[in-house]
Amino acid sequence: MKKLEAIIKPFKLDEVKDALTAIGIKGITVSEVKGFGRQRGHKEIYRGAEYQVDFVPKVKIEVVIDESIMNDAIDVIKKTAQTGQIGDGKIFVLPVEEAVRIRTGEKGNDAI
Amino acid sequence: MKPKAFIYVFILALIGIGKAWAGDEGPTPLTNKEAIDLVQTHADYVWTLIAAALVFFMQAGFAMVETGMTRAKNAINIMMKNLMDFSLGSLAYWAIGFGLMFGVSATGWIGTSGFFLSDYTSGGDPWVLAFWMFQVVFAATAATIVSGAMAERTKFSSYMIYSVAISAIIYPIFGGWAWGSLFNGSGWLEKLGFIDFAGSTVVHSVGGWAALAGAIVLGPRLGKYDKNGNIKPILGHNMPLAALGVFILWLGWFGFNPGSTTAANKDIAMIFVNTNLSAAAGCTVAMFTSWIKFGKPEVGMSLNGALAGLVAITSPCATVTPTSSIIIGAVAGVLVVFSVLFFDKIKIDDPVGAISVHGVNGAWGTLAAALFHIDGFSLKVVGVQLLGIGSCFIWTFVLAFILFKIISKTIGLRVSPQEEAEGLDFAEHGGNAYPDFETSSYTQQ
Repeated sequence: MKKLEAIIKPFKLDEVKDALTAIGIKGITVSEVKGFGRQRGHKEIYRGAEYQVDFVPKVKIEVVIDESIMNDAIDVIKKTAQTGQIGDGKIFVLPVEEAVRIRTGEKGNDAI
Repeated sequence: MKPKAFIYVFILALIGIGKAWAGDEGPTPLTNKEAIDLVQTHADYVWTLIAAALVFFMQAGFAMVETGMTRAKNAINIMMKNLMDFSLGSLAYWAIGFGLMFGVSATGWIGTSGFFLSDYTSGGDPWVLAFWMFQVVFAATAATIVSGAMAERTKFSSYMIYSVAISAIIYPIFGGWAWGSLFNGSGWLEKLGFIDFAGSTVVHSVGGWAALAGAIVLGPRLGKYDKNGNIKPILGHNMPLAALGVFILWLGWFGFNPGSTTAANKDIAMIFVNTNLSAAAGCTVAMFTSWIKFGKPEVGMSLNGALAGLVAITSPCATVTPTSSIIIGAVAGVLVVFSVLFFDKIKIDDPVGAISVHGVNGAWGTLAAALFHIDGFSLKVVGVQLLGIGSCFIWTFVLAFILFKIISKTIGLRVSPQEEAEGLDFAEHGGNAYPDFETSSYTQQ
């Protein structure tokens, strides 16, 4: 099993979710996060004074999947979350040791 | 009855009534003068009290502007300050302020009668009550202006002391100089011909200059300037609330200026129009000024522009043409933007821009009353207006500065740095305005 953590632009969430469910992914966890990468934030104005916003709002998607569909999932996220502008985000892949469905006690691939 | 028969009877009845009328002595405006005057008096009461209610609602406007332009961790404190300066201020103005402002005055400097609303006796003329109600909401407006400039760092107990002092003493004594004769008093400034119809100077500059004194004695909020003295903006937590506040204030001003006739007459139409046009021009021009200067039409400056236009037209609203009102508001819109930037630059931290909106534009509006007077321009009137503007600054700024210094040296004017960082809601009131929301106070000190 693998876990994908994708940091994407917030307005891309719906598209990415639809694309992931279309390739058979049954569960997604989403959180609102803030951060910066090479984009290094952006500038805003408040009452005439410019200031730097270091931490830009993003959405983090977490999905745990079987290794067999990992490449499909990465491709799908890459394709749907991309605008070509700076700040499109990143995808991280992590190994997952175990998964347990709390209600039934099922383990491994059956639990995801 | 058949329809035709009904119509005949109806016509006969009409002829009968007509004959009966023709036989009576017809009432004329002269024979009915007493009744007509009574209706006019009642209309004056109704208009004055409706206007008082509109001006009261401005308290909500001030509270929303102030909390919108400051951080979430101080929202309860700001509500409490706005609530208490009206409540304490009402009591102080009842006991002391009204007498100092509108009591009998031999010298023209200070009123000496009418304390504790003693001008009203049971069964006597209730006009003093209507007039007091209209005046107390003005006193509270002057008091609450200061709250914004001192936001996010002032000790609550010290703020209450200041609040009583401005409503009981600072505002009423100056007000008596300009407006005393509206009731039993007679002020030295008004005798010279000082024009301040609804209070650009009497209300707004008094509030603005007291705000300046408070902001200077307090010093800037922690984190407003970095080690090199560069400005680090401290963002307001809710711009929609600030905008709602400005709309409420704009509405309230339709009581503030037209209500200052304290009479239901035709003058209110032009005052209404002037008030609105000046606000519209102030807002529009401030918006374009910010756009040219910062590259974007900035919301805070646009909101302050509307308020600046309203403050500026408050003095001249009854004595200038609608076209002049647009010019007066437009100048206010430019002034407010540069004034806010100026006070930021010289390190006087005014979170909402109260000094620029009320102090600076109160002075501008008072001068404009002479420059654009509908009866023509006269240097003598300009001189009197400048005297009024200057005496207001000296009286208010000096007295407020001394008051804030004394508070600062005794019980303390400012909360501790730790309390300021934690937020006044928790430190001063033991509460949290938004317990179900995550507040991002960690991003700034």
